[in-house]
Amino acid sequence: MFTFILRIIGIIILAPLAGGMLTGMDRVITARMQGRQGPPVLQPFYDVLKLLQKEPIEVNLMHRFYVYIALIFVIFTTVIMLTGGDILLAIFALTLGSIFFVLGGYASNSPYSLVGSERELLQMMAYEPMVLLTGIGLYYADNSFFIKDIVSAQAPAILSLPGIFLGLLFILTFKLRKSPFDLSMCHHGHQEIVQGITTEYSGRDLAVIEITHWYETVIALTLVFVFFATKAPVSYVFAVLACLLAYFLEIVIDNGFARVKWQLALDSSWIITGVLGTVNLIILSFFR
Amino acid sequence: MNFIKKSPWILHYDGSSCNGCDIEVLASLTPLYDVERFGIINTGNPKHADILLITGSVNEQNIPVVKQLYEQMAEPKAVVAVGICATSGGIFAECYNVVGGVDKVLSVDVYVPGCAARPEAVIDGVVKALGILEQKQKRMRKRKYR
Ligand code: SF4
Repeated sequence: MFTFILRIIGIIILAPLAGGMLTGMDRVITARMQGRQGPPVLQPFYDVLKLLQKEPIEVNLMHRFYVYIALIFVIFTTVIMLTGGDILLAIFALTLGSIFFVLGGYASNSPYSLVGSERELLQMMAYEPMVLLTGIGLYYADNSFFIKDIVSAQAPAILSLPGIFLGLLFILTFKLRKSPFDLSMCHHGHQEIVQGITTEYSGRDLAVIEITHWYETVIALTLVFVFFATKAPVSYVFAVLACLLAYFLEIVIDNGFARVKWQLALDSSWIITGVLGTVNLIILSFFR
Repeated sequence: MNFIKKSPWILHYDGSSCNGCDIEVLASLTPLYDVERFGIINTGNPKHADILLITGSVNEQNIPVVKQLYEQMAEPKAVVAVGICATSGGIFAECYNVVGGVDKVLSVDVYVPGCAARPEAVIDGVVKALGILEQKQKRMRKRKYR
């Protein structure tokens, strides 16, 4: 019991550190791709620590409350996933976190964050089906919704779920808030609705949003990890490599594409989900 | 530790500039000068920004805009006037609608001279503003603990 609590505390502390480091590497790699030198790798941490030191501005009472609730749900999801818990519970807790975040956008009454919230909802509509199919597919492959069973299977899940994995890679772009699907808010300055949902947040609240995103990055990559891990410890190395590769791919896509309209985002992700996800599941059901 | 020096986010506002200074401000984002090396980001959102970078003079119509942008920024914050227009009105000083430099409306922390101000000068001005931000933050903390 004691070690379990220690593990949870470790996850809560280490996950955002890993997420922050990834974001920092992302910014350096992005800069190098554009022929710039880029900020130091620790820049995301500097940003967050700076935001924590700034004056808090309160728009209204509920506004910041939603952000903290979203953070709690995202932490909860991270803990479930990294302790090998139920993937369905994780998916729904994550969705709940996102919903609270959207409510935070609506709470401010600023037109920019209203547009951002609306787009965030559309984005959720676009990626949720694929996330659910991922959970279902993993169950079909390994007969369990528990991540600890899935990662200790004989064969890696990717062998039976290549289509679902590709679909997941597609919607990771939404989850990691990368172009072309960064409609609701994005990390680059000067986009068409400025900062979307985060427009009215400043100081500590913005720092919390950033930390939430670090957790979400870890969650997204854990989903990739699950596809490659098996009983053999060596596979964990491959799985981590696969995660890093997937993240790098997202950075390349981020730099290579402009933001698309929401119609295209919704259509393309549903088509991908429909084709890759369901066909994969149908083929899989023949072999069972 | 003061992290504001490591991650100053900028809000760029074009008063009534001729666009010369604006282009130079944007030039400092390009690979040649790359201000992101210092953690500087051009945010376009006053609530996220630490430094208000104003190019061009203030005219009768944008006085409320400039004031509101400044008020929406969270403490500690600094104002940098880029170009001779933002400093004193420059060649537009005689115009019927021009009020003068930014300091007619806000307290300016750093003046960057030049017409147009070179990117090096713009970056230098921002880096000067970092020192001022640091002092302001110290003062802010003192106020909090008193
Ligand atoms: S200082 Fe010169 S370049 Fe800059 S806005 Fe004024 S006239 Fe244009």
